[in-house]
This record gives sequence, structure tokens and C-alpha cells, in this order.
Amino acid sequence: MSISATASQPAPLGRRIKRFMSDYPLVPLLALLLLLVLVLQIMQPGIVNQRWIANTVKFAIPLALLAGCQTMTMLTGGIDLSVGTVATMAAFIVATQGVDHAAPVAMLIALVPAVLIGFANGIGVGVFRVHPLIMTLGTSLIGVGFLQVYQRTVIAAGAKVPDFLIWLGTGLTGGIPNALLLFIPVAALLIFIQRRTGFGRLLYATGDNERATRLAGVKYWQVILALYMFSSVLAGIMGLLYMGLIRAPSLSLAEPLVLPSVAAAVIGGTSIFGGRGSYTGTIVGALILTVLTTLLTILQMPEGARRILFGAIVLLVTAAYLRIVDDR
Amino acid sequence: MTTSPLLDATGVAKRYGAVAALKNASLSLLPGEVHALMGANGAGKSTLVKILTGAISANVGRILVRGQERDIRSPAKARKAGLVPVYQEPSLIPDLDVLSNLRLTNTPVEPFRNWVRELGVPDLDLRELARDVPLAIQRVLDLARALAVEPDVLLLDEMTAALPANLAERVLEVVKGQSRTGRSVIFISHRFVEIAALCDRATVLRDGETVGVVDIVPGVEERIVELMLGAKVEKRRVTQQRAEDAASPAGGSTRIAVRNLSVGTKLQDVSFDLKDGEVAGVVALEGQGQDELFAALAGSIRPAGGTIEVDGRQVRFSHPADAVQAGIAYVPGDRTEALAMQQSVRENIALPFSAAFRNWGPIRMGKEGATVQGAIERLQIDTRAQREVQRLSGGNQQKVTIARWIAADARTLLCFDPTRGIDVGTKQEIYKLLRQLAAQGKSVLFYTSELEEVQLVCDRAIVIFGGRVVDILPVEIADEAALTRAAYGLPRDAKADVGILADVHSDPVTRP
Repeated sequence: MSISATASQPAPLGRRIKRFMSDYPLVPLLALLLLLVLVLQIMQPGIVNQRWIANTVKFAIPLALLAGCQTMTMLTGGIDLSVGTVATMAAFIVATQGVDHAAPVAMLIALVPAVLIGFANGIGVGVFRVHPLIMTLGTSLIGVGFLQVYQRTVIAAGAKVPDFLIWLGTGLTGGIPNALLLFIPVAALLIFIQRRTGFGRLLYATGDNERATRLAGVKYWQVILALYMFSSVLAGIMGLLYMGLIRAPSLSLAEPLVLPSVAAAVIGGTSIFGGRGSYTGTIVGALILTVLTTLLTILQMPEGARRILFGAIVLLVTAAYLRIVDDR
Repeated sequence: MTTSPLLDATGVAKRYGAVAALKNASLSLLPGEVHALMGANGAGKSTLVKILTGAISANVGRILVRGQERDIRSPAKARKAGLVPVYQEPSLIPDLDVLSNLRLTNTPVEPFRNWVRELGVPDLDLRELARDVPLAIQRVLDLARALAVEPDVLLLDEMTAALPANLAERVLEVVKGQSRTGRSVIFISHRFVEIAALCDRATVLRDGETVGVVDIVPGVEERIVELMLGAKVEKRRVTQQRAEDAASPAGGSTRIAVRNLSVGTKLQDVSFDLKDGEVAGVVALEGQGQDELFAALAGSIRPAGGTIEVDGRQVRFSHPADAVQAGIAYVPGDRTEALAMQQSVRENIALPFSAAFRNWGPIRMGKEGATVQGAIERLQIDTRAQREVQRLSGGNQQKVTIARWIAADARTLLCFDPTRGIDVGTKQEIYKLLRQLAAQGKSVLFYTSELEEVQLVCDRAIVIFGGRVVDILPVEIADEAALTRAAYGLPRDAKADVGILADVHSDPVTRP
């Protein structure tokens, strides 16, 4: 069988591997993840057990959720840098409103800024054609400003994180993180949107060739507005979950995750130029980054050296991955 | 000829990969001469001009300036050798003021000012940003900038196309003045009237080769048209294709009625009907307003005046979505304009299905799959590499752009040169498909740059020249010769004795 395949397809082996990788970009990613886990196990035998896995998953989930925002926006050639601020606002507001309100009400209030910022992003990018980088950076700064003002009004009231969020963020059931209860449906929804809905198709097509979608009758601003609102609400939900995991409200809670979320999407094979990528790849990307962080932690290096190494590895992996997968 | 030529190019060829843009072009320019360069679309005029002015370099060929071989392999070197072009598109940098633009090219300011005044623009502020200068004036500034450096050879590519009549007149006078001072001009134009008024000789290109050099005398336009067409000039009878679909309804109801449509500066005043069950050809030289016509019908740009009626009701498209809603689909000639190259064949064909907001939900994959498969089979798209459209051949890509609208069941197709750059077999399939669509009662507006396609596909030919419909030819007489003549604005039955060139002396342009 392999002989006949070779006979009918005289393409050189390297080229065929490349095309295979391009068609199944998840394969090299999973291989890399396994390799990292293997290295970890060799360096510190016995570390890879169920508890470690649960812990890794628990910390990878918030990153994967934020990276979901990046994947969706990057499909259209955009980016959403306001996700950190949106998540932080949601987290901070749910903790402070949790003092006076029931948990569901507090959570709903917490998502209001997410909707507003998403709307502003969508109008800015979709209607006024501001570059997404600038638009989301701008709304992000405005959001931080509002949060500081808000903090002064509630400074005396204290904070109370709803118990449900703590259960969801940190709890384990039979050794399995409860956060998966939120994550699995969200991930399934994202993947479904990307593969099986008209909206998902339009994200890919818009990122690939906006002019072509226009000629096909697609109204750009509608797609972009819906996209950035979706992204923002997703970031808000991630903020709620992250609050339950960290349990200490701060004004920069989720900010450190913003750039890793971009990195996770890029490592996962989503093109920042649009039209290419999938959320499954992003999930693996988030796992890779989380495992890599653990790996660098146990190396017992100074913080500075760790960051240098982290950055260098992210660059190398992305460059290598693009070379393997890019079929041109 | 006793005088030696100012510029002498022989055996010039230029290839892009397997495509020969220029095979064997030659051009000999005498001092003090205005020389027309003519040829049908794609004959190689622009390529030759670009080579002569250093924008691109030729693969082979000898170019002598004043009898000496000069290095003209960059625009700066060509300039030094005395060859200065004015291209079709304005070349001022929009974000710089006029003065800075002059400094950029080392153009002396005082001569420039004088030329601008001479060309009929008395009050130019050199501090004005180029982008704030009206388009027509920008063209004049381009010309003045070229004149200011006193070039030996001035190359004008469609200089007068975007100019209002009064400015065009001044430009022609100035060009004529150039030749009196012993300088030469190479003049590209589609307008016989201008060429008659201005030029001494014409070099005719066909398929990348120089096929003739003629003196401009009254009645020569027939000869030029013959040269441009080559052997194809003998009449061909209406082809078998038509006989097959004799059943196609000739008297369908009017689908689209265009009245006095004007768009931007290019399309002036166009009226015609498109009926159900017909393929109407649109024939025009490059840049006569056909792009604007199609864009307006597709809802991409808004007309400046006139009306479009669809099924008897007046419409105002503000977005292509409105046109799609009305069942009008635009198939651009440039496939990269229509396809999402990294997506699959299926996603590209199904793209219009999800366009409207109400269709953003879950896709019924089974139904979509069947529709897409139907379209793929109908167009016989080779889907071996269907995962990404960019892996398909050009012809198959072009089929996908059409299949999309077959799947969406559009009632009217606006096909803009759909067969450009694809193989012969695919061309035939597309012809057949368009005829089938018409037989089903759909309507097609079909712009083509390959004139022989008109008789293969169309029911009649709408000829546009200078932004106006100059003629509507029934298919029986729309052979290449008739179409070419019409496309150059010559009257349908013109023969040498009643040719436009005979009226040269009554033309106001030539009056001193």
C-alpha cells in the first residue's frame, strides 16, 4: 500500500511531511507538549502525578480562556489587548459587590464593564477602522482608570469572593478540577462556533480576505462588533473564574496573563495575520506554556534568567512551528 | 530618412516566468517627432514604455539614444539619458506639498511654474499638499514636472484620459510645441482624434511584437486597426455555439435597466438594459469606465448620477450585500479579490450562505454539503487539493468564484473578464456554463478583454468608450474587427473614405 502511494505521489518526503503537518498542525504541538512533560519527569522523577496534572490544568484554564479571546480575534487579523483589564474589572467588581449582593447578581454586575468595553472595541475596529491593537489598548487603559476610581468608592466595604467561584476556581472533585465544568462547555462552544457556524466561517473568511467577504455580501462591522463583544464577555467570565482561583482582589490581577495569552494562541498555530488557526491548537499552546513555566520554576534559576529563557523558548518554538507548518 | 533617430529600440523582449509580455518590439523615434504607440489591450505598450524609462529592464534588446548605447536600467539613469515618462496614474506623493515633490526629483522650480501656467493652470500654490490638488490638475503637474527638466524624449501614457476638455486641449498644444523645438514625444492614446491631430507616425504592437510603423495620414485608422488585429481580421461567421442555443429566449423581461449612469470621473452617461435569459457582452479598452460600471452594479461604489432599476424597481445599493440581496452577484476578474485563499473549496463556495446576520447560527452541514457538491460537479472543479483554495490551479480557482454564485442561485452574474489568464479548456467550460445559465432564464453581464469571446458567448455587445456607450452591436456583426473599431470610438460602418481622420481639419484641437 505504501508502495502504491509512493508511486502515485512522487512528491519528495520532506514536502509530504510538510503538507501533512500543514493539514494536521496539532500533531507537532502535542509532540512538543509530551516532550516537555518527559523532560520534567526526567529532571524531577515522580513529579508527574495526578495532583500535578490537576494543578497544571487548573492554572492552564484561565490562560486558555484568555487565549480563546485572542484566537477568535486573531482569526480576523485582529487582537484583543483589553482582555486583561476586562478580566481584572470583572474579578474586582465581583469581589466587592459580593459583600452586598447575592453571588449571581454580583456576577452579572461584574460583566457589565465587559459588555461595554467589548461594544466600544467593536465599534472602534468595525466602524471607525481603528487598528485593533490601538483600539483595545486604549479601552484597556480607560478601563484601568475607571477601576481605580471605582476602588475608591468601595475601599471601606472590604471584599468577599462568592463561595461558588472559589469552589469552581480551586475545588477538585475526585481529583479532577471543578474548573473543567466551566472550561469544557466553553471550549466546546468555541470549537463549535469556529467549525460549524456561519459566524465562525465569517471570522476565517474576513481574516483571510476582507474584500472577498464584502463582495459576498458580508457586512464587516457586524462581524467585528459581535466578535469583540464575545471576546470581552469571555474575558469577563475568565476574570470571575480567576478570582475564585487567586482569591485576592487586586487592580492588576489578570494583566500578567495578557501577553502569554497572545503567545498561547500563536504557539497553538493561529496566524496573527488572520484566516488560520483553531482553538484546539490554542488549548495545547496554553498547556505548553504552563508546563514550560513549571519546568523553569524547578530549574531554580533567578527570576531574570527564567524570564529570558521563557521568552527565548517561546520565540524559538513559534519560529520552528511556523517553518514546519507553513506550506508555501 | 537622412536624420538619425533620437531613440532607437530593436528586438526588445521581456518575459515574466513563462509569460512573454514583450517578444520582439522595436521603436524608432526621429527628432522633433510625435510618435504614437498603439496596440490592443495587453499588446505590450505599457511594458515597452516601462523598459524605455527604466522602470523595468528588458531581457534582450538594444536601445540606442542618439546613436549611443546608454544604460537606462533605472528610472534615474533613464532620466539622465533624457527619457522622461508621464504615467497613467498621478505620481506625486500625496502627503508632500508640491514644492517638496519637485525637490524630490530635482526639478527646477521656475521652469515648472512656467509650464504649469502654459498648461492652463494660472493659480497654483506650491505649498499645497499634493493630495488636495484635484486629480486632473495633478496630471497637469506631472506633465509640467516632466517638461521642466527639458527631456529629449517625453513619454506620455494616456495623458489626456482623465482630463476635462479645456485642459486636454492645452496639453495637446504644449505637446505639439515640444516637437517644434526638436524634442520628441512618444504618445500612447486610444483616441484616434488626438492621434490624428498630434502625431506624425505610429508604431503598432500586437502580442508583444511591433507589427508595423505607419505615417499618420487621413484614412490610416483602418490600416492601424488591421495591424492591431493581424490575421484575425477576416470575418468569422457566428459560431456553432449560438446555433445550439437557438432556444435561448430573445425577448425576456428586463432584469436590470441602467439609465444615464455616471460614476466618478470615468463613467459619464451609460444606459442599457439587461434582459432575463441573455448574456450581454461589455467591450471596452482599458480604463474606459467599465470597472466603475461593474462596481456600481455590484454595490461596491455609489453612482454619482443616473438610475439603476432591477425588475422595474429603482434601487440604490449602499453595500454589495444589497446587490446580493437583489440576486446580483459580482465575479471579479482578479481571483485574489474574490477568494479566501487559505480556506477550503467548500467554505469559499458556501461563503454567501453565512453572510447575512440571520445565517450566523449553526450550519446545516448536510444540506450545505449537497448544495456545494452540486455546484462543484456542475463546474467540474478539480477538488483534489480542496483543503486550501490557494493550492488549486488558476482555472479551478476561477471556477470556484463562479460556483459560489451558482450555489447561491444568483439570478444575475456580473462577470468581469472571468477568463483572463486561465487555460483554454476551462475557458470553454465557462463559456458553456454562461450559455446554460442564460438558457435557464438567468442574465449575465460579461466584460471581456478577449474580443473573440463575444461571438462565442454573448447575445449582443455593449461597447463603451470614454465613459459612454458608443454602440450596441448585435452578435452577428460583432466580430473582432467591428468590436475593435467600435472600441476605439470609430463609427460602425466607417471605411477609409469617411474615417475620422478625414475630418481632422474641422477638429478644434488642431487650431493654433
